[in-house]
Parts: sequence; structure tokens; C-alpha cells
Amino acid sequence: MADTAAVSHGHGTGTGLSDNKLLMWVFLGSECLLFGGLISTYLIYRSRFADGPAPGDIFDIPFTSVSSFVLLMSSLTMVLALSALQRGDIRNNRIWLLTTALLGSLFIGGQVYEFTTFVREGLGYTTSPFSSAFFTLTGFHGVHVSLGILMLMSLLISSLRGTLTKERSETVEIVGLYWHFVDVVWIFIFTVIYLVPSPTS
Amino acid sequence: MSDVTELEAPGGSIGVYTRPKANTGWRDWITTVDHKKIGILYGATAMFFFVIGGIEALLIRLQLATPDGTVLGAETYNRVFTMHGVTMVFLVIMPLAAAFANYLLPLQIGARDVAFPRMNALSFWVFLAGGLFLNMSWIVGDAPDGGWFAYAPNTGMIFSPGKGMDYYAIGLQITGIASLVSAMNLIVTVLNMRAPGMTLFKMPVFTWMILVVQFLLLFAVPVITVALFLLLFDRNFGANFFNPEMGADPLLWQHLFWIFGHPEVYILILPSFGIISEVIPTFSRKPLFGYPFMVFSGIAIGFMGWGVWAHHMFVSGIGPISVAAFSVSTMFIAVPTGVKILNWLATMWGGRIRFNTPMLFASGVVSMFTIGGLSGVTHSVAPADTQQTDTYYIVAHFHYVIFGGALLGIFAGFYFWWPKVFGHLLDEKWGKWNFWLMIVGFNMTFGPMHILGLQGMSRRIASYSPGFGFEFWNMFASIGAFIIALGVAVFLINVIISARRARTAPPVGLDPWDARGPEWFTPNPTPVHNFDSEIQIDSLDEFWHRKYGEDEDGRVVRVATAEEVCQDGSATDIHLPSPSYWPVVLAAGLPFIGFGLMYTLWFCVLGGALVLMGIYGWIFEPVDDPDGPHGHGHHADEPTEDVPPEDSVDDEPLETAEEAPVG
Amino acid sequence: MESHEASHEGGHDHPSDRRYIQVAAILAIVTALEVGTYFVEMPGEVLIPMLMVMMVYKFFYVAAWFMHLRFDSPLFTKFFVTGLVLATIVYGIALTVFEFWHKG
Repeated sequence: MADTAAVSHGHGTGTGLSDNKLLMWVFLGSECLLFGGLISTYLIYRSRFADGPAPGDIFDIPFTSVSSFVLLMSSLTMVLALSALQRGDIRNNRIWLLTTALLGSLFIGGQVYEFTTFVREGLGYTTSPFSSAFFTLTGFHGVHVSLGILMLMSLLISSLRGTLTKERSETVEIVGLYWHFVDVVWIFIFTVIYLVPSPTS
Repeated sequence: MSDVTELEAPGGSIGVYTRPKANTGWRDWITTVDHKKIGILYGATAMFFFVIGGIEALLIRLQLATPDGTVLGAETYNRVFTMHGVTMVFLVIMPLAAAFANYLLPLQIGARDVAFPRMNALSFWVFLAGGLFLNMSWIVGDAPDGGWFAYAPNTGMIFSPGKGMDYYAIGLQITGIASLVSAMNLIVTVLNMRAPGMTLFKMPVFTWMILVVQFLLLFAVPVITVALFLLLFDRNFGANFFNPEMGADPLLWQHLFWIFGHPEVYILILPSFGIISEVIPTFSRKPLFGYPFMVFSGIAIGFMGWGVWAHHMFVSGIGPISVAAFSVSTMFIAVPTGVKILNWLATMWGGRIRFNTPMLFASGVVSMFTIGGLSGVTHSVAPADTQQTDTYYIVAHFHYVIFGGALLGIFAGFYFWWPKVFGHLLDEKWGKWNFWLMIVGFNMTFGPMHILGLQGMSRRIASYSPGFGFEFWNMFASIGAFIIALGVAVFLINVIISARRARTAPPVGLDPWDARGPEWFTPNPTPVHNFDSEIQIDSLDEFWHRKYGEDEDGRVVRVATAEEVCQDGSATDIHLPSPSYWPVVLAAGLPFIGFGLMYTLWFCVLGGALVLMGIYGWIFEPVDDPDGPHGHGHHADEPTEDVPPEDSVDDEPLETAEEAPVG
Repeated sequence: MESHEASHEGGHDHPSDRRYIQVAAILAIVTALEVGTYFVEMPGEVLIPMLMVMMVYKFFYVAAWFMHLRFDSPLFTKFFVTGLVLATIVYGIALTVFEFWHKG
């Protein structure tokens, strides 16, 4: 990835903050509205399960707890990756980036397992408004995680090619912001969708 | 003035990754990242769609000129009025505002370009892709027919089989990407790239209104993104978001659409409010009355616009408490707009007004928007709205605010800033014909619709029966529509004639309008590098204050000529962001993904490949001119020799391009 | 991994790796408590506020420490909070219109 170091805008008037970092925060602000819409749709529809399984019947809280924990820990490894690069520790930067990507992939694997189990148990995408809303919300989140994994792998490749240096740690920071945001959305989803008691049939 | 871009590809780049070099011809336009060219591209494209949307309008008026019209069958009528609305909102007004924002915003804040020039180009090409994608639906004979508001489940697969609504949903997703990307870009630009001394409260009002609009876009586009995805999933994957038989609630669509839709109408109007806030003071030869109020009312409109959406749903069954709450909030939002109207009037009051064409259009905005705003206030009274809704009274209201407000403001902007962009004025005589034809035609078309609506004429229907008394005003309105069309034709003729005449006429010179804003510091047309050197901004209307001072009796006197105050555009060593073709590549992939979702998955593969290529090409292409004085590794905290002393003015060399290469 | 204070050319503070691990440990504990509520019988009026508090706490911790908001310019926090607050209000109103709070 090309240079993302904080570039001066001369003696002009500005916030003094990096353009790229500001861009990511602005983007994350808009993402709140995206996930808010999907979450609200889910909340409205969670009790409308037609003839299919209800959320209370089908959620496997212990399983989802484990995958939630995995994603949470991936935020730790992400910030350790950044911290390593800020110290100039290229090797540990790579290790933590890889670990983060692996933990993210483990999370996705867990999602895939969870979804296929639900389908087998009678909750398909088209079963009910509840099912459509559930799979759409968690699916969008999963797509976000997957895109994050792609970004992490790109960073890793960049590092292996020697172009991800300490001077460019801001790039890792910005990918990290995205990653943590996706984690934070899951913190919300896990509590509101899974842990808050759901209707049963 | 010849292009003075320096474009040295660094030695040793892989062939496909060198930055393009063209600075003339079609290759220049395709690869440009220059905000000014991008603004022109937006403007020209939007005017093309304006003609299409206008033809759709004329077809509607032909059909409705007489009872039981036979010009269009009912199904075709539905497609025509749907596409008219979609086109005018998303492919005309929004990109016209983007044209002005792109061209002017960097100039008004004293910057070289926007924060992310390639992303800026991307926004345009994605918009174009979306607009073409939407109109492809006509070519395949299946234009969307569910109204621009696309209420589900009417727009679901059962009641809207075929591909029309998929073209709608996917097309708007694509244009939504353009808007969102542009919003992020311009927000960072305004926050980070202002000239020395330009605090937020010294920015021109146009820049402020554009900033508010970008925030509205930032937060509103994701909401319609959700709605459109849900619709697409219902239609194509059997989801149950809007399927009442499975227990879904159709109101979900309406809420999501209007949570976007109401901020959207402020997105449509605020740029024009900004434009006339520049025009009216210039042609009244008085500063804008109440600058802080103008800024704060714009911000207030931005905030309050989020709390009124369900006034579009008063008769949808949301219940009396919700209706009452939204009725009250809607009444309140008239207040900041009223503040603006009063401030424009107060600006004109006591001024020495010149009614050049820009001022005619600006006055048109103030008067026509007031009418539209008043009918809007009547809608806010929910019991009254119960009679008005779904009638032509509503059609009258929104055309008064969108056409009379937003569009007339844009035309004011055309006439005002034409010399800045193209280096010559539009003809005044043709301009006055343009204005009068448009305003007379407009009032003939939409004025009577208030009456028709209150007499009970339904909207969104292909024909009306004889014997209800609707005949006269419908015919009157249809004639008015053709007068509008004549006005638009006059505008296009003006464009051509003025361009022709400019080839042999003397150049327009500096500051033709004796204006106030920072964009007029540069010669006309704007040199490719914008400013020769940084401008130090010490006050609002800095440009004006350098030209005019006050004598001992407090009277305004001219203290400097335009030649003394303006720059001459002669700087030749200024580094500009390099062009790139990856934005086009990326944008081209999106419609293919869309076609893939509708027809065959192979298109998705092709589209996805183009998108990925575009992304990675973008990331890996060389930074422009890394050997230039401000390439890699220039940090804000490194001392440089050109840190200015406190009293330095605008005669230091300007910093080079600030493009962060990722952007 | 190293646990010394990370120094940075810009001069602003970064938490050490040890600090990050501590934050993660706290998050893990709160998560465990959250999951624990699944196994304990309690009325909804107690459970739901408890879950909300724990959720907000985790949210805040990740944002403040991992996303570095605590140390960065307040402008970033403002952008994030604006998006969150706007989403909460707007969708909260929508849910209210759907009578979610007593029906849902």
C-alpha cells in the first residue's frame, strides 16, 4: 500500500490530523447508520418467525459466546500488531497481523458452522421475517469481517515485501480502526440479539 | 492558459502502473483527478440527464393534458413518472450540486484540490455508471415503475415482476456509493485544507451549506442502502422483509426510505441556498445579512431534518401519537428556513440591486421557495395533510421547492460562475429570456396544481376521468411545461452562442461581477493550479475587503483594483496530483456486478475482477512525483524553512500537492 | 512480546502491550459475566439493564483503548459519537413507532 504518513497541508488552517485517519473515522460514523438499520430491522422482526423456529429455540449461546470471545481477542492481537510496528518490530507485527487474520477466520468459520446448523434445524433464509433479518444482519457483519481479513492479508503481504515499515504504521492503525469497529458491532449484536432473551415458539 | 502539469513517472515503474500523462483530449478527461474538470464532468452529465428527465416530464404532461389521455398506457406512464422522479432527484439535482461543490469548494477554501483527488474522480465515474445503469432499463424495455419512493410490497416480486425494480435498487446503490465517497472526501477537505487564517466561521456560506450536505449524505445514504438491500433480497432471494403473508410489515420500507428521504430533500435544497447566499450579496452590493444566522440555520436544518420523516407517512396507519409528534417537529423545521428567507430579504433591503441574470434566478429562488415552504407548512398540519396527501397539492409543493428552489438556484449558479469556469460570460439577453420563460412556464405548470389537488385530483395515476373539472388546469399546466422546455432550450442555446462569441470576443478579465468570495482571487477561467500562492484570510469576504475600505465618514470606497488584488495565474512550478485511470476501471466494474445479479453470474465475476483490479492498481500505482519537494515522509512536525513569520501574507510559494496516495 | 512503554516519534503516549493485555483481560471477564447471565434465572427488568451496562462498558473500553480514542483528538470521538447518537435516536424513534418497546 502506498504512503499514508501524515502529510502536511502547509501552513493552512486545519485540524492537524491525518487525512487518512480522519477519513476512516468519518466512514465509521456512517457505518453506524448502516448497522443501526439492519439491527432495527432485526429487532422489529425477531418475534415474527412464521412457522419456523423462533430465536429462543435455535440460538446456541455457549457456541456463539466462544466465537464472540475469539473476535474480541482478535482486537487485542490487532492492537499488538500496531504496537509492534510502531516500535519498529517488523517480525512481531507480522505475527500479530497473521494471528488477527486467523482469529477472524476462526470467527467466520464459526459463523458458517452456526448458519449451516440453523439451516439444518429448519431456519433458512426465506423461512420467516425473523430468519431473513437474522441472516442479513449477521451476514453483513460477516462480510465486513471478511473484507477486514482481506485487508489484513494485504498488509501482511506488504510487510513480507518489505514495504510495511515503521513510518507507515498509520496504515495498520487505520485498518485496525476498521477491525475494532467490526468487533464493536459484534459486541452490540451479541448482547442485543443473542443474550437478551428472545421469543420462543 | 496552457496546462502546466508536471507529470514525471518515476523511473523503473512497471508499465501498467505508470501514471497517465495526457493533459488534453479525451484521455485527459477520463484520467483527470482535477476537481475543476470533475466538476465540469458532473455538470455536463447532469444536464444530459436533465434533458432526459425533462422529456419524461413532457410525456407526463402530454398524457395528462386531456382527460382519459391516450399518449401513454398506464404501465408506461408508471415507468415514465418513476424515472422522471428518480432522474431529477438522483441524476440531476444531486450531481448539479456536486458539480458546483467540486468546482468551487477547494477554491472557496483556498486549496489546490480536494483531500483525495482520485476518490473524487471515482465518485464521478461511479455516478455516471449508476445513471447509465438506471437508464439501461429503458433500453431493455423494463424501466422501474414503482415510483421514485418504491413502496414495498408493491415493488416486490409478486406485484413488480420483471427487472425494473432491480434496475432501480441496484442503480441507486451504485449512485449511493458515489455520494458517500464524495461526502467523506469533502468533509476531510473542508476540515483539513483551508487557507491560512480561514477559521470555519470565515468560510463562505456556500461552503458551509455544502459541508452540512456532506454530513447529511454521510449519515443518510447508509439508511437507503439498507432499504435497497432488503428490497433486493426480497425480490431475488426470497427474503421476507416486506411480505405481509409471512408477518412482515410494509411500513418498514417506508420508515427506512423516508429516514433517508427527508434528509435527502435538504441535501437537494441546501446547495442552492448556499449559491444564492453568494449571489444575492454580490448583486445587492451589501454583505450577507446575518452570516452567523445563515450558518447556524443551515446546521439546524441539517439536524432537525432527521426528526420529521414520518410526515410522509401521516396516512399510513402509524397511529395518532406518532402523527402528532411528527406534525409538531415538522412545524418547527420551518423556523430555520424562515430565518434564511428573512436574511436574504434583509440583504437585498437597502442594497443597490443589479438584476443581472444570476440575481433574477436568485430572487426566483427566494420567492418560489417561500411559496413551496408555505404549502409545506400546510402539510405539517396533519389533519389538513390527510386531505392533501396523494393529491396534486403535494406535487405542487415539492416542485415549488425542488424546481423553484433547488433548480433555479443552480441556474443562478450557472450564470454567476460561468465566467470563472469557462472564461466568458453567458449572454445577458438570452439569460433573461431563459429566466422569464422558465419562471412563467414553471408557475403555469405547478401553480394550478395546488387547486387541482384541493379539488381532489389524485397523483400517481395515469389518467383522470372527464367531468371532475380537472380539464382546464391540466391543459394549462401542460402548456406551461412546454414553456419551461423552451426556457431550457434557450439556456442551451445561450451556452452555445456564448461559447462561440467568446472565441473572438475579448476575455472576460478579472472579477467580472465585483464579487466577494475567495474563488474570485484567481483569474478567469481558473488556472489549472488554482492559486499562484497561498491566500491569507483575515476576514469573511476577504476578497471584498481587499478591494474596498471605508473613508473617514464610514463610506465604502474602492482601495484597490482587481489587478492589484487578484492573482495572475502565472505560477509555473506548482505540482499537481497526477491523473489516474484506476477510478474509471473500478467504477466500470460496478454496473457489471449489477447486471450479474440480474442476469448471469458471469457478469459478477467480470465486474468483481474490474473492481479488484481498480482497487489494487490504485493502491500500487506510484505516488505522484515522489522526488518532488514534498513527497514521502513529510511530517507535520518537521520544521521546514518556509514556516512563516506571523505577519506574512500571500507571497510565499504554495505547498505542493497534498494527495495522500491511498486516497 | 515486549512490554516496555512504546515510544513514538510524535511524542504522544501509547499504551504498552501489557496495558493492552490488561484491557483485553477485563473485556474477557465482562464477556464471561455476560455469558453467565444466560445460566442464571433473573427477571427481564434486571437482566436487560445489566446486559446493556456490560455491553456499553465493553464498547467504551474497545473504543477508548484499542481504537485509541482516549489518547487521540476529540474530533474523532465526535464523529463516532455523532454517528452512534444519530443512529440511536433515529432508529429508536422508528422502533417506538413500531411499538417495539412494549410489544417487542
